[in-house]
This record gives sequence, structure tokens and C-alpha cells, in this order.
Amino acid sequence: MRHEVRFSGFGGQGIILSAVILGRAAVMYDSLYAVQTQVYGPEARGGASMSAVIIDDEPILYPKVTSPDIFVIMSQEGFEKYGAQAPEDATMLLDSSLVHSRPQCRVIEIPATREAKEKLGREIVANIVMLGALVSATRVVTETAIEKAILDSVPKGTESLNLKAMKRGFELARVVE
Amino acid sequence: MSYQDWFRQDRLPHIYCSGCGNGTVINCTLMAVDELGWKEEETVFVSGIGCSSRASGYIVTDSLHTTHGRALPFATGVKLSNPDLNVVVFTGDGDLAAIGGNHFIHACRRNIDLTVICMNNQIYGMTGGQGSPTTPAGALSTTTPYGSSEPAFDLSELAVAAGANFVARWTSYHVKELTRAIGAGMRTPGLSFIETMTQCPTNYGRRNKLRQVTDQVEFMKNHTALRQKLDRMRESGQKVPTDIIAIGEFVRRDRPAMGVRR
Amino acid sequence: MQGNIACAEGAIAAGCRFFGGYPITPSTEIAEHMAAKLPRIDGVFIQMEDELASMASIIGASWTGMRSMTATSGPGFSLMMENIGFAVMTETPCVVVNIQRGGPSTGQPTMGAQGDMMQCRFGSHGDYSVIALSPASVQEMYELTVKAFNLADEFRVPVFLMSDEIVGHMRERIDIPDQVPIIPRKPLQKGTLPFHPDADLVPGFPQFGEGYGVHVTGLTHDERGYPCATSPGLHENLVMRLVNKIESARDRIADYSITNPEAETVFVTYGPPARSVEQVVRDLGRDDIGHLRLRVVWPFPESALKLFASAKQFLVPEMNMGQVAREIERHVDQPVIPIPKLGGNLHSPDELKARLEVLH
Repeated sequence: MRHEVRFSGFGGQGIILSAVILGRAAVMYDSLYAVQTQVYGPEARGGASMSAVIIDDEPILYPKVTSPDIFVIMSQEGFEKYGAQAPEDATMLLDSSLVHSRPQCRVIEIPATREAKEKLGREIVANIVMLGALVSATRVVTETAIEKAILDSVPKGTESLNLKAMKRGFELARVVE
Repeated sequence: MSYQDWFRQDRLPHIYCSGCGNGTVINCTLMAVDELGWKEEETVFVSGIGCSSRASGYIVTDSLHTTHGRALPFATGVKLSNPDLNVVVFTGDGDLAAIGGNHFIHACRRNIDLTVICMNNQIYGMTGGQGSPTTPAGALSTTTPYGSSEPAFDLSELAVAAGANFVARWTSYHVKELTRAIGAGMRTPGLSFIETMTQCPTNYGRRNKLRQVTDQVEFMKNHTALRQKLDRMRESGQKVPTDIIAIGEFVRRDRPAMGVRR
Repeated sequence: MQGNIACAEGAIAAGCRFFGGYPITPSTEIAEHMAAKLPRIDGVFIQMEDELASMASIIGASWTGMRSMTATSGPGFSLMMENIGFAVMTETPCVVVNIQRGGPSTGQPTMGAQGDMMQCRFGSHGDYSVIALSPASVQEMYELTVKAFNLADEFRVPVFLMSDEIVGHMRERIDIPDQVPIIPRKPLQKGTLPFHPDADLVPGFPQFGEGYGVHVTGLTHDERGYPCATSPGLHENLVMRLVNKIESARDRIADYSITNPEAETVFVTYGPPARSVEQVVRDLGRDDIGHLRLRVVWPFPESALKLFASAKQFLVPEMNMGQVAREIERHVDQPVIPIPKLGGNLHSPDELKARLEVLH
């Protein structure tokens, strides 16, 4: 079953890293196939950044996202550019502390940035909160796989903070459900 | 062994005009190499394009006659990938200072363990006498028919500023000093830059009232002075004529170098 | 793993120990990875002052026997053309990676393209032949980089890995083998003239520092390596040999795969559009759509086209205005229909399906 997951936010939020972690979880720990791609401009910070992961149980031929069924949106500009056209049968997780618009499709509101800042003390892990919520709400990869992939990818010394963020994401998604 | 054993006898005759100063510089280089006891199989000559750069082809060692201006980055690749090789670069003023100017300053900055010998004849000799970055202001060439209106580069000062560990300037008249300077440069780890003012009777002298080879050699003899002497003159308030060329050792130092034999 | 990293890892596995480069999007990850890895394995990484110098440095390193590489994108590739010609003339093995982006000029630094396919074939002055490989996946970035080094050493020629932003920046699953095949350079037999070719038209390699005393020049040279730039016959023979050592080995160098050889409508692809076509063939489940997928683009494997004996038309989706389609036209009588795509996006399967609808 092919899933196309699109992440969007502003540069510096870890939008590309989120996609890399998700792809890694699928390939390395769930024995699936995955392709990660991105769209980026000259900005290293700010701007609307977009990355995507395709996850499939058979080899992926066409490597670009055609019609995403899962969206993770972390900024208003990102919503307008990459989320507003989401089809009705898609699922969208959005950072309700930063995005005020709402799509036509099923939406799961996760106040990730606020949670990261207030409950976890570091705004920077908002993307990991979103990743946790994504996995919990959609099951595109297993919880064990995403945990291992997060541990592979985050800087040394920040593992427990990131795991806390991931678990907070699991919880928030369950509450919304 | 004599320095003459380093020549490729089967390449003779060479392309240089009679009276050209390049042969003197090549002889001085090979005398220095011979005195140092370098081995042929451990020595590589690299050059760019121009009269000076044909020199590498007349020597029996491995040699790389490259593209215009690029001898230094080629030599950088050779030296860094095998620091056990002695790498000498022959270049000219057009090759080094015009098309290769950027490579020159960066090779000096990196201070790669190369010996760079520039035959500065102040003209593009091979292509028939066009102005170069070292053509003196006012001098005639085929592209400065009314006298060069640009200021000239001082290549040795440039090499000092860019970071070379050893810099000296002599002329093809100063055979002994030049040979000694090349040897000293070869012994100094890091980039050694030896600039040699060289006569080009065919394309420079002929157009600039130095018709005879000896006129140009006499000019180099009479219009050069040791750098230290010129500095003393300036310090004591004496005026130094603008056509006097500073010669001698400009710098010998020990900045960190790259590609030094391990 | 990211495509660019797979390229760097493939190079290291192939024994590349010298990288000279200059940063340029979207190729920079290759240089960064080599900068991190090479010093730890007794290799040399150097960031040169520009791409002219990068190309020069890897040629210099190659003459000491090192496997050497540089990586760049369009603007840097243009600057390398001068010394690529030198590498061709002096028969210097080296690998040049071009992670193509949209041009001309600065163009689209962060978007993919295949606009340099003709430049890699003809971009330097004079007549010559080279080898160019085109990967469509992260796995192929690794494998074709290894292959590039082997071909460079076997044929003593610069070999191009003509990738692009899409594959360079894509991350996907890769299986890295424990060992890769390595075909070393054939050394020059002592007593043989340094540029005297063997039967395969390739001379043995006289490595610097081994006592050969070889003179290497970009000037037209005789078999001793000595400049001899005014003899018409000598120049003609040299250039013909440089071309023929590659062109006469076309079939041996060729690397492609074939789907549905009985088809009347045949796609020809290289690089990422190959995956769009594969998707179309899988989605439609039809055996009347043929696909010739090239991993080696130059020298062009024209005999592969003849394997589609019933072909009525060739469709060529490329991320350029039809550079290789034009080459295919030279070799077949059937209509060749370019499907150009500019702007940085890859042809979508739906676009190609719509194209098929119109044709049928």
C-alpha cells in the first residue's frame, strides 16, 4: 500500500529531518521501501519548506509525490502553499499553535510548538512531537520503528528530550482521536 | 652527474629564440637540482602555457605540460597525492599573473611545498608580443601600441603578501645568485617563489629600444638593486627611480605548509 | 541514504583517495562527505579556488596513480571543460560527477535537470569521445560511481557521472556490497613508448614517480609524448585513436535494460525519467509498451535500439529539450518523439499516460 506523506513548514523547523526520520523508520526498522525528496529554496531559515516521503511495501518506481494522502503542516505559509489543496480523503496533522486555517479533509490538531515550548522546554522538538502524533494517528510505520529512527538521527545528549517529545506526540494524537 | 644529464637530448633543438633568457633560467634550475642531489625519478616538472612553460618538456623527468594558467592546481594535485615527489613549476608572467592569477595567490596561501620559477619577460612572447600584467607602464607591445597605460604587478611582493614561505627575485644576468636562490627555495618547505626577470629580445627588446640582447641584459644589470639597499635609500629619504627593480631575497619564513614530504 | 552520499561512498569503495572540488548546489554533499571521510583513510580532500583548479588538481593526482574525482553542477561543469579536454588529450583517468540543475547560467540551483548531456559529450573544444553514466536511483549512484572509476582506468578517459538534483538529493534504500569490483589501470610495459597503444587502442599508464620519465602535454604529441603540433597526419591519427578507443568499444561499455522488446511504442530513458516510465508500465500492466533504459548514455549504444524489432515509434522523455532524442534520430528510421520537460520537475506518470492516449 503506497502512502505519500508531505511535510511543510518554515525552514529551521526540521521539516526535511522529519521526512528523513520517517523514511529511515520505514526502511531500516519496518522493512518497507521509502523514498524521501524535498523542495527547497536558497533560504537556510524561514521560507516555506516542503519535504515528502513515499512509503510502500513494494519497490518505489516514480519517486515524487503525486497525490499525498497524509499531510503534516507546521506553518501558515506551508498550509497555503502545500496543504490547502489536500483532497477530502486525506489526513492532515497540523500544528494548531501556528496554523489558523483548516482544510476540507480529516484534520488532527496538534499544538506541537506550544507543547514543545511549554511542556518540554525546547521549541526545537516540535517536529518530533508532530512525528509522534503522525505515527500514532496513521500507523504508516510502527511506534518502535520511529523511536529507533529518532534515536539514530538526533544529536547526542538530546535523546531523552526527543523521546519525550515523540511520546507527547503519541498522547496528543490519541486524545484527539 | 652534471646538470646537463637532466636534459632530454632527443628534444633538441629547443624552440627558444637566440638570445632568449629562458635557457639560462633552466640551466640555473637544473644546476640547483643537481647540487641538491635530487633523483630524476622523484622529481616532476609542471608547467602551463607559454615560452617558459615549454621548459618542462626538455627535462628527462616526469613532466606535465598543462593548460594556460593552471600549472599550479595541477602541481597541487601531484604534490598532495604524492608528497615524496619534488615538484617544480615553470611559469611565465602571463601564465601566472593574468590567466592564472587566482591560482597563484591560493597556492601561496596554502603554502604547498612547490618550487615555482617564474620567467618574467614582461610580455607574451609565444603569441607574438602582447602586453602582460607585468609590462611596465609606457612600454610598447602589440596590444599597447601607444605605451602600456596600466600599472604592472609586482609578483614577488604579491607572493609575499599571499603567504609563500620563500620569495626571491633575480634576473637572467644574476646566474650565481639565481642558482643559489632556487636551491634555497627548494630546501625551504612550503611554496617557494623565485621570480626571474628574463630578456625577450624578439618581442620585448626589439620594440622597446633594447635592440641587442646585450642591451636588455645590461639594462637588467643597471636597473636592479638589492631590495634591502632600496629600503635603506627610502628610509634615509633618498628618491628611488621608478624603473629600478628590487632583487634579492624577499622572505624566508616558516608558515605551516601543505604537501611536505612525510 | 542520500544519493550524493551514495556517490561519495561508492567512490571511496572504488578506491578514490583524492577529491578536489568547489562547493556548488546541488552537489555539495559529495564534497562534504569526502572532506569528512578521506582524511581518515589516508586520502586527500582539497577545496580548490574554483572548478578550473578542481579539475586540474584531480588530473595531477591521477598521474601519481591515485583514483581521483571531482563533483559539481552546471556552472562549475562549464568551467571544467578546459581541463576535461586536457584529460582527454593526455588520456588521464578521472571521474567527474555532475549533479545537474536547471540552466543556462545560474538557472535553478535547487531543481533537477538533464540539460548538460550534450555538454558532457561535446563541451570541450576539438573532436573526442568520452563515457557518461546516468543513475536513476540511490543504489545506482553507488554502483555507477564504482563503474565510472573502472571505466576511467580501463579506457584512460574522463568518465562522467551525469546525475541530477532529483537523484542526488533523494534518500532511499540502498544495499551496499561488502566488496566492489575493481579493474586497475594497466601499467606501461618498460621499454614501450609511453603513448604507444596496445591492441585495445589504450596505452599502458606510466605513473609519475616510477622512473618512466614521461612528458605529458595537451599539445598534439607523438608516441614518445613529445609535442608535434604541425603534422596533419600525426594529429589525425592521435585524435582518431582517442575517439576510436571509446567508439569501437560501444557494445562492451553499453549498460541498459530492456522491457517488452516486441512493443511498437518504445520509451527510451536515462536517469530519473526512467522511473516515471517504469511506473507507467507497471500501472497500465501492458506488454505493448517497450522501454529501453540506459545507464550508459555516451558512447551511445545504438545497437540497443535495434533490439526493438517491431518498434513503430520511440518516445524520449528527458528533462531537457530533447538532447538525446536528437542522437536517437541519427540511428533509427522510425519517428522519434521527444517529450521535453523543463522547470525542475520530473515527468509524472499521468503526463506520460496522457501522451500515450494521444498517440494511440
